[in-house]
Amino acid sequence: MDIRYMLGGNPFEEMNRLRNEMDHLFNGFNTLRRPAVYPAVNIWSNKDKAILTAELPGYDLKDFNASVIDDTLVLTGERESLKTSDKEALQRNERMTGKFEKQVRLPFPVDANKIEATYNDGVLNITLPRKEEDKPRKITIKAN
Amino acid sequence: MEALKNKIQKRDSEAVDTVERTRSGKVFVPAVDILDSDDHLTLYADMPGCEKTSIDITLENNVLSIQGNICWQPPKDYELVFNEYEVGDYRRAFTLDESIDREKIEADYNNGVLRLTLPKLEPAKPKKIAVKFS
Repeated sequence: MDIRYMLGGNPFEEMNRLRNEMDHLFNGFNTLRRPAVYPAVNIWSNKDKAILTAELPGYDLKDFNASVIDDTLVLTGERESLKTSDKEALQRNERMTGKFEKQVRLPFPVDANKIEATYNDGVLNITLPRKEEDKPRKITIKAN
Repeated sequence: MEALKNKIQKRDSEAVDTVERTRSGKVFVPAVDILDSDDHLTLYADMPGCEKTSIDITLENNVLSIQGNICWQPPKDYELVFNEYEVGDYRRAFTLDESIDREKIEADYNNGVLRLTLPKLEPAKPKKIAVKFS
């Protein structure tokens, strides 16, 4: 698999994951948990562009950083954990926090200068135009 | 500490599922943080891809239900070539204990996170009895 992911800053991640799986077992299969891969991404493509989408709630667009080399995209980000004063107690803590780094292989090499990102309602959307020289060329055959 | 933990308890989805859905598609249990302070609880639920108008919060008897319908649309004229997550609605319910002021629950939705503020009722103040020693 080309996908690598790392999670930093949250030692409870594994515990949460286990608990989520247990909950899932006891809750039956009508309701689903989010996948354990963080962040989970989907990649969409046509012949000119690829789009990466990821559900990453509670961030700002500036919290993300993306870099591209040819057909490999590295996405990093950080979500701060809730601050608690000594008068508050975190009674339930299931949401992911901390730093992440994710590397994904794209369907084709992309132009790093033309990448655009939007962030709406917690969904990150990165549009990645295919490199000009990688686009399929149409060769017309001359009739003599 | 046990008392705190019992303030909000998750109900298993079976109880909620007795209400049948009319929408098709997947339903997810949103991840939740709950912060407990002296005078209120704050609940944060990760529900990306909804809109303020697509989220319903209902309180019936002691059950607080959160239902969020997904508004996100897949990009047009693109094919899904790599798939790690699925998109769907969100649903989760909690039982509230007696200390929550049901009239004053507030909600807002920002960057895919639903935040509920649940103020606590003024606790009955313990009576102080001054004892004078002569």
